[in-house]
Amino acid sequence: MGSALMAEEVRLAPGLDSRAPKVCFFEDCNKDSVPLVGGKCSSLGELINTGVRVPPGFAVTTAGYAQFMREAGIQDEVHALLQGLDHDDMDRLEAASREIREMIESRPISIELEDLIAEAYRKLSVRCYLPAVPVAVRSSATAEDLPGASFAGQQDTYLWIRGIDDVIHHIRRCFSSLYTARAIAYRIRMGFPHEQVAISVGVQKMANAYTAGVMFTLHPSTGDRSVIVIDSNFGFGESVVSGEVTPDNFVVNKVTLDIIERTISTKEICYTADLKLQRSVAMEVPAERQNIQSLIDDEITELAWMAKKIEKHYGRPMDIEWAIDKNLPVGGNVFVLQARPETIWSNKQKAPATTGATSAMDYIVSNLLVGKRLS
Amino acid sequence: MKFPVPHDVKGKTIPGTEGWELMYPYHYQFVTDDPERNQYEKDTFWFYDGLHYPEPLYPFDTIWDEAWYLALSQFNNRIFQVPPVRGVDHRIINGYVYISPVPVKNPDEIGQRVPNFMERAGYYYKNWDELEAKWKTKMEGTIAELEALPIPRLPEVEDLKVVTDGVGESTAYHLIKNYDDLINLGIRCWQYHFEFLNLGYAAYVFFMDFTQKLFPSIPLQRVTQMISGIDVIMYKSDDELKALAKKAVALEVDDVVTAHREWADVKAALAGQRHGDEWLAAFEKARYPWFNISSGTGWFHTDRSWNDNLNLPLDGIQTYIQKLRDGQEIDRPMEAVRAERDRVTAEYRDLIDNDQDRKQFDELLGCARTVFPYVENHLFYVEHWFHSVFWNKMREVAAIMQEHGLIAEIEDIWYLRRDEIKQALWDIVTAWATGVTPRGTKTWPAEIEWRKGVMQKFREWAPPPAIGIAPEVIQEPFTIVLWGVTNSSLSAWASVQEVADPDSITELKGFPASPGTVEGRARVCRSAEEIRDLQEGEILVAPTTSPSWAPAFAKIKACITDVGGVMSHAAIVCREYGMPAVVGTGHSTRVIKTGMTLRVDGSTGLVTIVQ
Repeated sequence: MGSALMAEEVRLAPGLDSRAPKVCFFEDCNKDSVPLVGGKCSSLGELINTGVRVPPGFAVTTAGYAQFMREAGIQDEVHALLQGLDHDDMDRLEAASREIREMIESRPISIELEDLIAEAYRKLSVRCYLPAVPVAVRSSATAEDLPGASFAGQQDTYLWIRGIDDVIHHIRRCFSSLYTARAIAYRIRMGFPHEQVAISVGVQKMANAYTAGVMFTLHPSTGDRSVIVIDSNFGFGESVVSGEVTPDNFVVNKVTLDIIERTISTKEICYTADLKLQRSVAMEVPAERQNIQSLIDDEITELAWMAKKIEKHYGRPMDIEWAIDKNLPVGGNVFVLQARPETIWSNKQKAPATTGATSAMDYIVSNLLVGKRLS
Repeated sequence: MKFPVPHDVKGKTIPGTEGWELMYPYHYQFVTDDPERNQYEKDTFWFYDGLHYPEPLYPFDTIWDEAWYLALSQFNNRIFQVPPVRGVDHRIINGYVYISPVPVKNPDEIGQRVPNFMERAGYYYKNWDELEAKWKTKMEGTIAELEALPIPRLPEVEDLKVVTDGVGESTAYHLIKNYDDLINLGIRCWQYHFEFLNLGYAAYVFFMDFTQKLFPSIPLQRVTQMISGIDVIMYKSDDELKALAKKAVALEVDDVVTAHREWADVKAALAGQRHGDEWLAAFEKARYPWFNISSGTGWFHTDRSWNDNLNLPLDGIQTYIQKLRDGQEIDRPMEAVRAERDRVTAEYRDLIDNDQDRKQFDELLGCARTVFPYVENHLFYVEHWFHSVFWNKMREVAAIMQEHGLIAEIEDIWYLRRDEIKQALWDIVTAWATGVTPRGTKTWPAEIEWRKGVMQKFREWAPPPAIGIAPEVIQEPFTIVLWGVTNSSLSAWASVQEVADPDSITELKGFPASPGTVEGRARVCRSAEEIRDLQEGEILVAPTTSPSWAPAFAKIKACITDVGGVMSHAAIVCREYGMPAVVGTGHSTRVIKTGMTLRVDGSTGLVTIVQ
């Protein structure tokens, strides 16, 4: 598994039947829940059960998706549109994709399923002490037996969604993202039957991020496993993930949690919630804040501590999204939004650092010969 | 990186010092009259050895520079044959010593040296503990000879026994002979100093180097932390002060011990009291050999020992008594240091991806831990114990020269080279034998007066940290570890050098030597005397620190030095106490003034002058 967690679709597990839950809170998920709730939601469940602070939420499961598709009664039409497509013919793929997605997004969700989702959303709002809690709606996918990680960044994520109608609408949009042109082309190329894939959707309390970003539990440029590298900017993490700004960068020693390097960049834009429009918008960072460190040192240390815990739990280098919630008090405001295995360095076969010297003496001699480079 | 050309620097003679070159050995000079040597000097990178010479060198004190020039170079080049590097070459400008490791340039020759080095150095690494035990015996024997060496005064008439025992030798003969013996013991002691040292440093350098290959971002302080927490003799003197502080409290004489700043007053107040005498006896017992510890690096005659100035250990004892009264723990937190060392080592080891690397890591770490006690302990035997006794023996020689009118003050002797002293002693003994006045009574006092003026002008001159052309690679383990010569330290030095006005500098970059960030008031201390003024919670700014400064670390909350690498004294002690240190800043004592507010970041090596 691992890298494939980034792909955005899931093949229906053979054992999945009508008794499987249609909605499921994160804390009831774990790493074995991937066929039911996808990679993202199962890893959030796993994190919660490890003791890492994660914004609460629930998943509409693959069984929920399957029920929706069944009840919408569009399977035959979808199937017909997909017939005879060639994975190279992008124009036709795009056209089919558009038609299928419109179809999915316009179909009502059955009362029964809508009630289940609405009840979960209500419980989540109660738990967050917020009426109609703003949430992120994101597709949670897995394809354990699909090779490659080429779908990175493809998942649809809708931020700052409030109210059950909007939530339902965006869940459908996530469902429909199973039929992006790229996803269809990929399945055709790989020979996977379209009717055997499914998707889950995560509905998660929106961290009202004062600052957010990503971190790796190794150095992305050297593969050094003894550090945690954090990128951060004000606002939601989108600006960091998308590369729209040069974020602040911190290198933290994994063993001791010292901050060993800090680079404060000029951060010109950030994403924040527009409370009138009730959505995430890009805004200019006020000039006086552009060159200010976007995370305080205590937060850096806490994030690194969390990252270390997550890596230890998974037993491998991880790639983590996080946020500092501005509505919550210090001490309980640092959240992990997502954690997945790091793929670039982890898939590389690293050459040993030793030259094969057997004793300390051999090593000393061979390296004396090379010397210490000054420049 | 561009540094000044050596001959240009030397060419600008400070007015009034013309002819200073004669105060130092002739082969230490940068030259312009020999095209070959001149070209070599131009093409070579020289850096100022401020670690050992924060002040210009007195002509006599050149002895230790010559001693290590010989000893280090011979062990590198003629005894162990370190394959790619010969010795370390030396030059002097205005009393400041510049050094440069000499590479073996021909690859064939490097290859030929390898088997020799493998056999010889390999033998030392393999039999380290046994050879080190032998070393200790040789060193203690040398110190015992030194302590027993008489410096006889010339009598008006020789004792009758010279006649009745048929001795056939005069005191004059013993004076010049024992002077030679004194010098030779010093040179011998320095032979031993380097017997193991470079091998020890090599073990460090390559453990560091390997760990950095595994973890490119690992701070050096974390590498050295893996070798910490090993008991060494070098810290025993400080432990003695702590024991005396505890004893003073236990015997309830602590009020008397802390009542005066001068040792003589404390001693007088304690004498005759029952517990007072008991404590004084403990104090006397601790003095030998543990107060044979220099208040500086031990390299200069000006670095007096605790035994020479008992106010210094008294100040340390008083600091510790105050800590005890405040209910604080004064012992070095060795258990905690070891526990943290083991945790850090185990965590890094777990992050190593393959078995081969883990095995290599274990081997190199084991080797580095084996050599560690020697690397620290040689300092106590040589620079502290031997030197403390040696300087005072030289003062006995000076007393004779003063008695015969060749110098006005005892401390004037340091303005003469050791061969000039030998000549002067010949002048004295022959004049004494003959019954005439030594010629030196007219020549030396005037010469010394002039040299004093020259030395003063040297002190006012700031030596550039490096001159010449920086090489791409350094292979000499010593220069890397001890002086912290790396690309980043050189560029930091170069950039500060370019600033004409030190007052405009608000940031200094050095080696991150011990992690943590604090803000506080600066206290610039250039000598052990000055550390007595340190206030609780200040940030110590020093050229470099030495083990006799240990009590100061109980007061401060961070330390900054001009010179030193991650294995320097300040770095080691700060890590033990868990306080930030930035070492090897090049210029901190020149730029920072007492009273400034500083921010010290020991994780990144940045010192900021806040105010």
